[in-house]
Amino acid sequence: MNGGNLILIALILLPLVGSLVIYPLHANPSTAKLAAMGFALAELVLTVVVWLQYSIPAAAGGTRFQLQFAIDWIPAFGTRLAFGIDGIALVLIALTAVLVPVLLLFSWEEKLPEGRSHAGYFALLLATQATLMGVFTATDVFLFYVLFEAMLIPMYFLIGRFGGPRRQYAAVKFFLYSLFGGLIMLASVIGLFVVSGEQLGAGTFTWADLQRMAASVPESTQIWLFLGFFVAFAIKAPLVPFHTWLPDAGAEAPIGAGVILVGVLDKVGTFGFLRYCLPLFPLASRDLAPLVLTLAVIGVLYGALLAVGQADMKRFVSYTSVAHFGFIALGIFSFSSQAFAGSALYMVNHGLSTGMLFIMVGTLITRGGSRLIRDYGGVHKIAPLLAGLFLVAGLSSLALPGTNSFVSEFLVLLGSFPREPVYTILATIGIIFAALYVLWVYQQTMQGPLRGAAVLGALERGGGPGTMLDPVVAAARPGSGFRDLTKIEIGALTPLVVLIVVLGFFPGPVLDVITPSVVATMNEVGLPDPVGGLVP
Amino acid sequence: MSSLIAAAELPDVGPATGVADLAWLLVALPAISAVVLLLAGRRANTWGHILGVLSVVATFVIGLVIFLQTAGLDAAARTRELSVYNWFSVAGLHVDFGLRLDPLSLTFVLLITGVGSLIHIYSVGYMAPVHGAGHGEDDDAAEPSDPSARRRFFAQLNLFVAAMLVLVLGNNFVMLYLGWEGVGLASYLLIGFYQDRPSAATAAKKAFLMNRVGDVGLALAIFILWTQLGTLQYTQVFANVGKIDPPALVAITVLLLLGACGKSGQFPLQAWLPDAMEGPTPVSALIHAATMVTAGVYLIGRTHALYDLTDTGRLVVAIIGTITLLIGAIIGCAYDDIKKVLAYSTVSQIGYMFLAVGLGPFGYALGIAHLLSHGFFKAGLFLGAGSVMHAMNDNVDMRRYGGLWRVMPITFVTFALGYLALIGFPFLSGYFTKDAIIEAAFSAPGWQGWTFGLLATLAAGLTAFYMTRLVLMTFFGEQRWKNLKSADGHAYHPHEAPASMTVPMIILAIGSVGAGFVLTQGHLLATWLTPSLGELAEQEGPVPAAVVSTLVLVVSAIGVLVAYLLVGRRPTPVERPQHVSFPVRAARRDLYANAINEALIATPGTWLSRFLVYFDNRGVDGAVNGTAALLGGSSGRLRRLQTGFVRSYALSMLGGAVLVVAALLAVRFV
Repeated sequence: MNGGNLILIALILLPLVGSLVIYPLHANPSTAKLAAMGFALAELVLTVVVWLQYSIPAAAGGTRFQLQFAIDWIPAFGTRLAFGIDGIALVLIALTAVLVPVLLLFSWEEKLPEGRSHAGYFALLLATQATLMGVFTATDVFLFYVLFEAMLIPMYFLIGRFGGPRRQYAAVKFFLYSLFGGLIMLASVIGLFVVSGEQLGAGTFTWADLQRMAASVPESTQIWLFLGFFVAFAIKAPLVPFHTWLPDAGAEAPIGAGVILVGVLDKVGTFGFLRYCLPLFPLASRDLAPLVLTLAVIGVLYGALLAVGQADMKRFVSYTSVAHFGFIALGIFSFSSQAFAGSALYMVNHGLSTGMLFIMVGTLITRGGSRLIRDYGGVHKIAPLLAGLFLVAGLSSLALPGTNSFVSEFLVLLGSFPREPVYTILATIGIIFAALYVLWVYQQTMQGPLRGAAVLGALERGGGPGTMLDPVVAAARPGSGFRDLTKIEIGALTPLVVLIVVLGFFPGPVLDVITPSVVATMNEVGLPDPVGGLVP
Repeated sequence: MSSLIAAAELPDVGPATGVADLAWLLVALPAISAVVLLLAGRRANTWGHILGVLSVVATFVIGLVIFLQTAGLDAAARTRELSVYNWFSVAGLHVDFGLRLDPLSLTFVLLITGVGSLIHIYSVGYMAPVHGAGHGEDDDAAEPSDPSARRRFFAQLNLFVAAMLVLVLGNNFVMLYLGWEGVGLASYLLIGFYQDRPSAATAAKKAFLMNRVGDVGLALAIFILWTQLGTLQYTQVFANVGKIDPPALVAITVLLLLGACGKSGQFPLQAWLPDAMEGPTPVSALIHAATMVTAGVYLIGRTHALYDLTDTGRLVVAIIGTITLLIGAIIGCAYDDIKKVLAYSTVSQIGYMFLAVGLGPFGYALGIAHLLSHGFFKAGLFLGAGSVMHAMNDNVDMRRYGGLWRVMPITFVTFALGYLALIGFPFLSGYFTKDAIIEAAFSAPGWQGWTFGLLATLAAGLTAFYMTRLVLMTFFGEQRWKNLKSADGHAYHPHEAPASMTVPMIILAIGSVGAGFVLTQGHLLATWLTPSLGELAEQEGPVPAAVVSTLVLVVSAIGVLVAYLLVGRRPTPVERPQHVSFPVRAARRDLYANAINEALIATPGTWLSRFLVYFDNRGVDGAVNGTAALLGGSSGRLRRLQTGFVRSYALSMLGGAVLVVAALLAVRFV
C-alpha cells in the first residue's frame, strides 16, 4: 500500500514548517512569537479535525490503526514511512496540541540567557512538537526509532542553549542518557528485523506484521529484544534507577521546554511500553513483569520521598514525576483492561497536572528570581490567584477525587490489585506521600506570613525602599515587584483548569477513545482480565 | 458468638420517581453556589454570603420534601436509586454518578442540610468582615480585614455541604470515596482558613495527611471488594456478601474501619481533630462535630451487611470505640482551651457511636441515634463557645473567662442545655441515646459486656466532670477577665451575640433537649432505619436496664460533684498551674499521641528523605557506570541473534550515531 490519508502527515509537517519559518526571525522576536503561536493554534485545530475523523472501533479486532498513510522508504530493509493512530496515540497527540500553545504563552516574556532570541527558542519548541507527533503516529518500528532519536536534538538544544546556569551539564547528561538508551533499542530493532526474516520469510519493520508473529517468537529471544526496548523507554519515562537525568534536565530547562519535557516527552517511554514492549514481546513482558513492577513501586515511594526532600522547586516537580511514572508502569505491567486504561489516561492527566504544576512553579520563579523553596513564603497574601491555581495543580497531582488524575490513579490501582496485590498495596501507600509533598511545598511557599528572600526582595525592588517594612502596602501598590497572575496568564491557564475539573467528572470521551485500544492490547498480551465483572 | 443474623433481609431497590428525581439538586445546588462564589471574585463580596445561605436552605427544603415523600411509601419501597450519569466504565467496571435514597441517607441529608443551614446563618454574623481576619491572639499584628474572606468562607462551606451529601447519597463505593476525600479537601481548606497563621496551615496539613492514611484503608477495602465480587455498586455488593472469602471479609471490615478512624478522629488516628480547632468556630461546629467526623459511623452503618457476617470485624470496631471514648474523656479533663475540650469531647462521643455500631444489629440504630442527638447538642455547644469567643476578643483560654452568665444570658442558657444533654441529665437527649449505648454494651457476650459496659460508664463520669469544669470556669465564679487585657492590649467587654447567632443557638438547644426523646420513643428512629440497617435486634443483657441507667446516673453525678468541689468552690488561677501530677501532665500532652507520631513516623521519615536525597545525588555516577556495564553484557548476548550482514549494518549505524554525538558535543552551543 502506498498513500492514504494525509492528515497525519500534515500534523507532523505543520509544526516543522512553523519551526523552519520562524527560526530565521532573530531580529524580529515579536513577529516570531506571534507566528509560532499561529502555527501552534493551527496545529490544535488540525488535531480537533483528527479527533473528529477518528471513529471509535465498535469491538476488539479489526484494524488497530486509523487515518493511515504509508509509502516505501528503503525497500531493501522493508522499512516504510508508515503512519496511523490508535486511541492511545490520539489522546497523547491531543495532549501535545493543547499544551504547546499554553507553554508558548508562558514563555512569552521568559528571560533567556544572554544573546539568545525567542525566535530560536520557539522554533525549537515547534520542532520538538513535530517530532512528538511523529513518534506517536509512526507504525513502522524503524521509523519510530529514527523519530525517537530525532526528538533528542531539539530538546538538547532547548536545554543547552536556553536553560539555567548549569544548562550545558544538564543537556549533555540528558543527551547521553537518551542516546545510550536509543542505541540499545537500535540493537533490538535490528534484532527484530532479523527475527522477522526468520519467522515471516522476509524481514519487515511494519508494526502490524511484527505483532502478528509475536506469539511464535521463542521466549528467550523475546526477553533480549524486550530488554533493548525496555531500557530505552525506562530511561525516557523515567523509571528508577534510570531517572537521574530528569531532575537536572527539568531544573535547568526553561519553562516551555520543561513543560514539554515533563508533560509530554516523558510519556513516549510509557507509550512505548504499551505500544511496543507488550504487543511485540508478550511472553517476555509477562516473564519480566515482576522486575518492572519492583522498579515501578520503588519509583512511587522513592520519587515521593525525594520530592519531599528537595530544596529546588523544579527538581521537586521532576521527582513528583518519577513517582507518577511508577504508577503508570504499575498499571501497564499488571495486565488488566482497567489498569491499562488507567495508565493511558494517567499519561494525559499527568501531562495536564504536572504540566500546570511546572508552569506555576515557573511563574513563581519568574517573579521571585529564585528556584529555592525556602526563598518563598506567604505568597497567598500578595498573589492569591497564583497561590490558588498552584493548589489546584497540586490537588490534581495528588489525585484528589473530582480532579482528572483521580480517575486514572484509581483505575490503575483497582485494575492492578487483583493480579498484583502486594505491589498495589505498596503503591497505594504512596498516595499519602503524594499528599505530603504537595501540601508541604504549598505550606512552605504560599501559606503563613510573608517571608523569604525572593518574595521580600521582589517587593522591595518593585515598591521602592522602605516598603519591605510594610509588605501589605507594597502589594496594594501597582508596580510592586511581585504581582499576581496577569490576565493573559489566567487566560492561558484556564484551558488546563477546565480540563482538570471536567475530566475529573466526565472522563468518558477520553476513556471511550482509549478503551478499544487497551482491550486490543490485552488480546495481544494474551491474558484475560482477572476480574471480568460481577461474579455469577 | 455466631453471627447474629445469617443473611440480612435486603430491601428491593427501585428507581427514584416523583420529587426524588430532583435528588441530584441536593448535590448540585451547594456545588454550583460554591463555584459561583469562587469564580465571581470580589464583586460577589456584598451578596456572596446570602447566596451561600440560600443554597443550603434550598437544599434542606428539597431534602425535606424527598424525605416526606419517602416516609409516605411502604417501608419496603423506601430504598430507591437515581443514576445521574455514567462516571466512567472500562471493560467489566461500571461506575455511575449515582445516588441512593433510603432512610439512612435521607436521615443524614436532613442532619447535614438542617444543622448546615443553621450554621450558615450563624456564620453570616460570625464571619462578618470586622471579624473575618486578624483572628486569634497569637497574630503578630492586627491586619486590615480581608473583604473577600467571608465570601471565600461561604464558598468553602458550600463545597463541604456538596461533598458531604455525595458521601452519604452515593450508591457505590467510588461515590463514597469521592465524597470522602471531597469533605477532606473542604476540611483542609477551612482548618487552614486563617492562612496567615502558621499553626492553622500546619493543622490543616496534619488533618489531610492523617485522613489520607485512613483513605488508604478505604481504597484497599474497595480493591479487595472489586477482586472478590467484581462490582462496587452497593446493591450488588450487599446482595453478594456471602460470596466473599471469610479472611477477605475480615480484611475489608478492618480496612473500612481504618478509613472510618481517619475521618472520625478515632484511635490511632485521633490526633488531628483537636488541632482542627484552628479553623473558624462554625467550621468546628458543622464539620468537626456534627457531620463530617461522624462519617465513620455512617460508613459502618452503611456497610453493615459486611460487618454482620464477621464477629472479628465488629469486635475490632467496638474495641477501637472503647479505647477512643476513654482517651477523649481523659484528655478532655486537662485542657483549658474551650474548643479543645469540646473537640476531645467529640472524639469521646464518636467513640461511643463506634462502640454502638461495633455491637452489631442491636447497636447500629443506637449509634445513629446518638449521632443525631450529638449533632444537635455538640453543634450548639460549639456555637455557644463561638459566641463566648466572639465576646472575649477571640480568646479561647477558659482561665480568662468566669462569671459570663450575667453578661450573655442567651448563650449561657442554650449552652447549659447542651451541657445537660451531653452529660445525660434525665430526659434530655444524651440520657436516651448515650445511656442506651451503655446498656447495649453491657449486654455484649462474655467478658466483652463487662469490659465495654464498665469502661463506657467510667467515661460517662469523666464526661460529667470535664463538662461541668468547663461550664463552671466559663460562666460561673469570679469575672477574671475584668482585670485582664487581651494580647493586642484591649480590655475585654463581653456582650451577647447578635440575633443571627443566637437564633441558631436557640434552635439547636431545643433539639438538644428534645431529640433524644423523640428519636427513641417507640423505637421511632430504629423502625425508620430498618430498611437500611436491618431489624433492631434487642438483646437482654446480664444487667437489667434500670440498674445500668441508675449506675450511669450515679457515676455522672459523682463527676459533677467532683468538678464542683475542685473547680466551683475554689478560685481559678489565671495562670495554668505547672506543678501537677503525672496523669494531668500526660493528658495535657494528648496522652503523648503527637510525641509518638513524631518519634515513630515524622522524625525517621525526615531522616530517610534526607538520606535518599544524598544517596540519589551520589548515585548518579554509579548508575551510569552500572548501565554501561549492562550494555556490554547484553550486546554480547544479542550478537548471537544477528547475522553477519545485520551486524555490520548495526555497527555502521552505531558508528554514525557516535559521529553525530561527537558533532553535537563539538558545537558546544555556540
